[in-house]
Amino acid sequence: MDSFRSKIIPVTTILAAVVVAWYVFAVVLNAPFQRDLDQRANETPGTAEFIGKTLSQPKPTLPAPHQVAVNFFENTFLRSVTSNRSLVYNAWVTLSSTLLGFAFGTALGIVIAVGIVHVATLDRSLMPWVIASQTIPILAVAPMIIVVLAAVGITGLIPKALISTYLSFFPVTVGMVKGLRSPELMHLDLMHTYNASRAQTFWKLRVPASVPFLFTSMKVAVAASLVGAIVGELPTGAVAGIGAKLLSGAYYSQSIDIWSALVAGSIVAALLVMVVGVAGRLVDRAMGGRPA
Amino acid sequence: MSWLKPSWQGLLAILLCLIALALGAMSKPEAAALAQPEASFDYPYLATKGLMFGLLLLAALASMARLSTIVEALVLFIGAHLAAWLLITGINGYEGTALAPFFLLLAAAWLLGWRCVAVLSSLRPVANWVRTALRLIIPAIFGAWILIIWEAVTRGAGIPFILLPPPSAIGARIAGSLPVLGADVRQTIFKAVIFGYVVGSGAGFLAAIAADRVPFLRRGLLPIGNMVSALPIIGVAPIMVMWFGFDWQSKAAVVIIMTFFPMLVNTVAGLAASGHMERDLMRTYASGYWPTLIKLRLPAAAPFIFNALKINSTLALIGAIVAEFFGTPVVGMGFRISTEVGRMNIDMVWAEIAVAALAGSVFYGVVALVERAVTFWHPSVRGG
Repeated sequence: MDSFRSKIIPVTTILAAVVVAWYVFAVVLNAPFQRDLDQRANETPGTAEFIGKTLSQPKPTLPAPHQVAVNFFENTFLRSVTSNRSLVYNAWVTLSSTLLGFAFGTALGIVIAVGIVHVATLDRSLMPWVIASQTIPILAVAPMIIVVLAAVGITGLIPKALISTYLSFFPVTVGMVKGLRSPELMHLDLMHTYNASRAQTFWKLRVPASVPFLFTSMKVAVAASLVGAIVGELPTGAVAGIGAKLLSGAYYSQSIDIWSALVAGSIVAALLVMVVGVAGRLVDRAMGGRPA
Repeated sequence: MSWLKPSWQGLLAILLCLIALALGAMSKPEAAALAQPEASFDYPYLATKGLMFGLLLLAALASMARLSTIVEALVLFIGAHLAAWLLITGINGYEGTALAPFFLLLAAAWLLGWRCVAVLSSLRPVANWVRTALRLIIPAIFGAWILIIWEAVTRGAGIPFILLPPPSAIGARIAGSLPVLGADVRQTIFKAVIFGYVVGSGAGFLAAIAADRVPFLRRGLLPIGNMVSALPIIGVAPIMVMWFGFDWQSKAAVVIIMTFFPMLVNTVAGLAASGHMERDLMRTYASGYWPTLIKLRLPAAAPFIFNALKINSTLALIGAIVAEFFGTPVVGMGFRISTEVGRMNIDMVWAEIAVAALAGSVFYGVVALVERAVTFWHPSVRGG
C-alpha cells in the first residue's frame, strides 16, 4: 500500500500536466483555422472569447479533453447499446474477436511451447522461425488475410481473430518455453529419484512452475491481440468495431470521434490486462503461492 | 538384425510410398491414359515416376540402416529434396490435376526431410564452425520445407492464384518489379521508419535519463509508460495523418510515438540494473552523477536498451506500414499492399510482404549484431 501511495501523487501530477499541455496545444493548433473563420465572418473576438471558440469547434485539429469526454459519454451511456454509433456496441465487436484470437493464440502458443520443450528437433528447427516470425510486420498482411478469406466465404469474426492469434501466440510461446524449462536441475533430479514418468514430471513439476510465466506473457498477448483486432477491422470497409470507428472518423475528419474511439480502445486494453492480471493472482493463490 | 534400427519417419514414409504405388495414377491425365490404353495421352511423371519412388524408398531404407550419421543425413537430404524437386517440376503444365498419390509422395518426402533434421540435430559436433553451420542449416531446412509444401500444394491442388500464389510466382513478381519495390522501400523505410526510429528511441532514452535524474518524474512516468505500452497506440495513425499530411512525416510521427515508450520503460529498468556494490565503489572513487552514469550505469543498462531497440525495430516497421493505410502519396509499402489487395494482385502483395519481412529481419539482425559488439562482456553473449 505504501508504494501505491508514493506513486499516486507523481502519477496524478503528471497526468494533470498532460491535460494542461493538451489544452494549450488544442488552443494553439486550432487557432489558425478559427482566425480564418473570424476573418471571413468579419468578427474580432476578445482573447477569452477566441480561446473559448477554439475549444468548441465541431471538427477541431486537436479536440479539447472535455469535447472528447462529452462525446465519449454520449456515445457510451446515452445511446442504446444496439445502435451502431454506440461505443459499447463497437467495443463489443472488437472485444469478441480479440478474445477469440487471444484464446486461439494462447492455445497455439502453449502447444508449440510444449512441443519445443519435449522434441529436440522442434527446438532446433522451429524456435528460430518463431522468433523470425515476429520480425515480419504481420499487421501489413491484415488486409490481405481479410480480403482473401472473404473471397473463400469466411467473413466476420474468424479473419480478425486469426490476425490476433498470430500476434498473441508469440509472447505465450516464448514465455511458456521459459516457464516449462524453469524447474531447476535439483527438482528434476528429485522427480527422477521418485521414478516419475515424463508425463508425471510434466504435469506435477513443469506445468505448475510455468504458471507465473504464462500469466505474464498472457498480459502482453492480450494487448497484442487487441491491436490485431483493431487493425483487422481497417480493411473491412468500416462496418463495426473500434478500428472501423477510427477509419470512418479519418474519412469524414470527425476528429472527436477518432479520439473517443481511441479512449474506448484504451479502456478495453486496460480492462483486459487487468482481468488477466487478477486471474493470474487468483490462480497463484489457489495453487498455494504466497505473496513474495 | 543388428544393421537395422527403427525410425518411425522411415517406416511411415515407406508405408506412404506403398499406398501411393497401390493407388496408381498420380494425376488426372495419367488416370485417363490408364483408362484408355490405346489413345496416347501426355501426362506428368512419364519418365520420373520410377525414379521418385526409388529415391524415396532408398532414402527411407538408408535412414534405418546403421550408417554413420553424416552419411545418413546426406542420403536423406539428397533423397527427400530431389524427390520433392521432381514432384514440383513434374506437375509443370498440369497444375491442379494431382491425385492422392502426389500428396502421399509429398508427405513421404517431408517425413524424410524431418528425419534428416532429427539426425542433424542429434549431432554433437566439437568444432565451433560446425556447430554454427548446424545452427543455420537446421532452421534453413525447416524453412525450405514450408516453401516446398506451399509450392507443391498450391500447384498440385490448383489453388486459385487469387487465394494463394505459389512462392515461385511471388519470386518472379519480385524480380519483375524491382523498381516499384525499391521506390516503396525508399519511401517507407528510408524516410519514415529510420527517421521515426532514431528520433523516437532517442527521445525515449533522453526522457529515461531525465526520469532517472528526477525521482518524482520516474515514479510518475513509469506506471504511465507501463500502461501506455498495453494500449493500441497504432490508433493515433489517422490523427497523425490529419496533422502532418499524407507524406512520410505523418508516418514518422506514428513511429516516434510507438517507439518512445518501450525505450523509456526499458532504459529506466536498465539504469536500475547496476548493483549496489558497484555503485558504492564508484562513490568511494568520488565519482559524481554523470561519470557514474557514463562509466557504470549506462553500460550496465545496455542489454535493456538493446532489448528496447529490438522491440522498436519491429514496431517501427508495423507503425509506418499501417499508418499508410490511412492515406499516403501513391508510393509506399502500406499503400501498395492496400491498393493491390483491392485490385486482386495478390502476388504483388506477397512480394511486398516478402520485402517487408526481409527488411524487418535485416533491421533486427543489424541491431542484434551491434548488440553483440557493444555488450560483448554480457553472459548471454559470452555464452557462459
